[in-house]
Amino acid sequence: MLIVDNVCKSFATAQGRLAVLRGVDLQLPAGESLALMGESGSGKSTLLHLIAGLETVDSGRILVDDVPLQGRREAELARWRREGIGLVFQQYNLIGSLDVAANLAFQARLAGRHDPAWVDYLAARLELAPLLARYPEQLSGGQQQRVAIGRALAPRPPLLLADEPTGNLDEAGGERVLDLLLELVGEAGSSLLMVTHSARLAARLARTLYLRQGRVQAVEA
Amino acid sequence: MDMLRLGLLALLGHWRRHRLQLFAILTGLWLATTLWTGVQALNGQARADYARAQALLAGSAQAQLAPRRGERFDQAIYLQLRRAGWPVSPLLEGRLYFAGAEPLSVRLLGIEPLTLPAGSALAGQPVAAFDLRAFLGPPGQAWIAPDTLQRLGLRAGEAALTRDGQRLPPLQVHAQLAPGVIVLDIGYAQTLLQAPGQLSRLLLPADFAARAPALPAGLAPLLQLQPPSAGDDLQRLTDSFHLNLTALGWLAFVVGLFIAHAAIGLALEQRRGLLRTLRACGVSLRGLMVALTVELGLFALIGGLAGVVCGYLLASLLLADVAASLRGLYGAEVSGQLSLAPSGWLLGLAIGLGGALIAGAGSLWRAARLPLLALAQPQAWRLAQSRWLRRQGLLAAALLLLAALCWRFGASLFAALAMLAALLLAAALMLPVLLDGALARLVGYCRGALSEWFVADSRQQLPALSLALMALLLALAASVGVGSMTEGFRRTFVGWLDQRLAADLYLMPRDTAQGLAIAASLEGRAGVEAVLPSWRVELRLQGWPVQLQGVVDQPLQRRYWPLLEQRADAWAQLAAGQGAMLSEQLARRLKVGLGDRVSLPADDGEQGLTVVGVYADYGNPRGHVLAGADWLRQHWRAARLTNIALRLVEGQVQPLSEQLEQRYGAQGLRLTEQATLKRWSTEVFERTFAATAALNALTLAVAGVALFISLLTLGHSRLGQLAPLWALGVGRVKLAWLSLGQTLLLAGLTVTLAMPLGVLLAWCLVAVVNVQAFGWRLPLHVFPGQLLQLGLLGLLTSLLAAAGPLWQLARRQPAELLRQFADER
Repeated sequence: MLIVDNVCKSFATAQGRLAVLRGVDLQLPAGESLALMGESGSGKSTLLHLIAGLETVDSGRILVDDVPLQGRREAELARWRREGIGLVFQQYNLIGSLDVAANLAFQARLAGRHDPAWVDYLAARLELAPLLARYPEQLSGGQQQRVAIGRALAPRPPLLLADEPTGNLDEAGGERVLDLLLELVGEAGSSLLMVTHSARLAARLARTLYLRQGRVQAVEA
Repeated sequence: MDMLRLGLLALLGHWRRHRLQLFAILTGLWLATTLWTGVQALNGQARADYARAQALLAGSAQAQLAPRRGERFDQAIYLQLRRAGWPVSPLLEGRLYFAGAEPLSVRLLGIEPLTLPAGSALAGQPVAAFDLRAFLGPPGQAWIAPDTLQRLGLRAGEAALTRDGQRLPPLQVHAQLAPGVIVLDIGYAQTLLQAPGQLSRLLLPADFAARAPALPAGLAPLLQLQPPSAGDDLQRLTDSFHLNLTALGWLAFVVGLFIAHAAIGLALEQRRGLLRTLRACGVSLRGLMVALTVELGLFALIGGLAGVVCGYLLASLLLADVAASLRGLYGAEVSGQLSLAPSGWLLGLAIGLGGALIAGAGSLWRAARLPLLALAQPQAWRLAQSRWLRRQGLLAAALLLLAALCWRFGASLFAALAMLAALLLAAALMLPVLLDGALARLVGYCRGALSEWFVADSRQQLPALSLALMALLLALAASVGVGSMTEGFRRTFVGWLDQRLAADLYLMPRDTAQGLAIAASLEGRAGVEAVLPSWRVELRLQGWPVQLQGVVDQPLQRRYWPLLEQRADAWAQLAAGQGAMLSEQLARRLKVGLGDRVSLPADDGEQGLTVVGVYADYGNPRGHVLAGADWLRQHWRAARLTNIALRLVEGQVQPLSEQLEQRYGAQGLRLTEQATLKRWSTEVFERTFAATAALNALTLAVAGVALFISLLTLGHSRLGQLAPLWALGVGRVKLAWLSLGQTLLLAGLTVTLAMPLGVLLAWCLVAVVNVQAFGWRLPLHVFPGQLLQLGLLGLLTSLLAAAGPLWQLARRQPAELLRQFADER
């Protein structure tokens, strides 16, 4: 169970501190999916980064199975990212020096949870089997995003965080990638927190949370 | 014009945001020009001084009458010739010693300006323009060059005191006078050199000598007419020395250009978008190319100017060592002060511009071929890398072939240096190919995800780092090669010196008569084990200056004269006047070996001798022949007794030296103890390689700078590659350590390859370059301790170069890493 409790976050700018999150609350039970929506600058990505331990909160708490993220040292946060979550970025962020097979297995091997049969299954489901020996630069945008999803799911993380995973894809391609993502998240038994601008895609998830100017505006089931 | 201005402004804007790259380009051009200009300034100064020495007495007296016996003759002969209508002018020369912490001496030249042939010039001043009254005195004038004045610690107008308390006429500075020389009236010279009524030579106008007049009866046995000499002996003898220095300068220049090339290439990659935008906005391709070229010209001007200034500073720092080497090795007087010729400045700037063009040519060519529309994907680095590696491999193979051809068929120093250059360039080009191959194999052995990434990512970094690694490889290999050669030479030289300088005391008599008197007085004297007089004649064989030395047959001589190869009865044949021994360099030059005949031009025609031995004669740029003393005196009546070596009973050196000094010191006898001679020889050796060692160290430092700048410029672009790993759970500190490990892995492999390359280079130097440059071949010595030391130095250089960028990486705020996810594309 992920709990975000009254979280605030601000950044220093030339004009003074800019409050991005102003007391956000949310709960995501295990195995559930939640879409985060809002205008640009509403704090969606910042919230995702806080949950991933890429940033630290100014105030409030983020609890994972009742254990707070705050106060953890960098090594512990790195371990949380390795073992506790899977991350999918809009820009894929694959490792250019490794081929598709190595990219797919990378995080699972880092986490010490490499299951070759599961990675093979993921490669097959994501239609990456013929591309395993290729390098990221030799793939299309859709193919790269499927590798990023496979990499994030390979260690069967309890929580998958996806930041506009279909933002760079056309509508049909985005739909296909989301279908696969939802199916595989279900099979992996992970929870899913996905940032998106598309109401149509958000509707495919169990709940949707709207952020406006750093605050939760509404939650729809 | 506006288009050019706007295009240039847009291009220059890049450097405001990438100051480090700007610094890298300017540093590369600056260092390259500095080291090149420094070496050229040293060589130029030395050559200018040779020319000054050659032009000491220009326009006249290219021919001369010299004594057949001894160094001097009576001036009555001069008067006799003048009376007979010969337009001769007397000249007396000798060395004048000054007191000081180190023995200071100058060449004293006494002339008689009234009789100098018409049209003569002394240090650039026509004789007709002489102020004869002032020159002849009293008190007279002693002409001196400003650098010699400074070396002696004297002031213009001062009347200097010699070591034995004699006072010179007031010193007058003449800028064009050769260094290390004092010129005055012959009357003063005779007093100062304690040679009253004595002359060294008689100068003759060249046109008079060309008519080959016969000497008056009675003078022919005393004097010999020497035709005008080419006068370029010093130039020829020192050519190898300067060529070696030039080669080192070029190596440093190339290493410096590597830095500029890497930075210019990186700047182009980062400005691809800008170039396309400018083209899309209507800037023509030609306009863009002109703007890029102007930009490159600006860099060349700034880097070149700084380089020329620093080059002259570097040269002035190294000049003292180079001058000492040239004085010790070749007897060449080189000024201790650097003169700044405008042509040198212009040449330095031109070389800076040329270097910038070479460093930027590839980027300009790529910019010219840049497609107007960007491709959908970024350039496929893997594909590009494999193509690039294949091309480099082929070019390296071609260069290796060229090196092999130069080695097999080349027979000149130029061919030897070309072989060296081809070999080094081939090794540099082969380096990325070998590193890529090694990393490709290594990745197969990796088991963990991070170790696999570690090796694969190192491979990906190769294109960006390869130029810096090449520079490191070249600098290290040069250090190993030159270090092994120097150390090997030092050991061989010291061992050889120990054998060759076996006598305890060396006497240099003023002339043969004095030498004979001293030798006779010492023969059979208590405490003297052996007296070894040697006679000398100066010859030319195949146009090369050669010293012919006649020695007596003594067991001591046989025991201590080290021979590289000899016939069984070599010394007996030498003593019997049937055989001669040759120095290694002369044997090579004449292309003769044991059993061959050599022909020597004697007074009574060509005299043939069989080569019965070959010996090392390190440090002597002239050829050297050893023959029996009796045979030599029989065929060369002008042979001079120049040296007497004494083997003494222990404890006799000091008392005998004092006795001889007391008895003959005032009459021009010079004594040198073995220990002093060894110390001088070793000092000359050390100073000879001091400039080489300094340039070597600078080249290694330049390679370190190249690596540092490459890593620093790579640092920012590396963030994009490291950020995903951080997001996937690898800590920042661990990432910094991994990056350090990657640098050390690449540097370590480079250092490993540099070691055998350095040994190969050392072999090339001792077995090919030295043979062509100096005529002697040295045994190849490999010093594991030195290799280890240089290897560690190479790694330390890499570590220091990597430290700054990694420190920055470890201190990166998470926000900067996060920005990578937002800023991408």
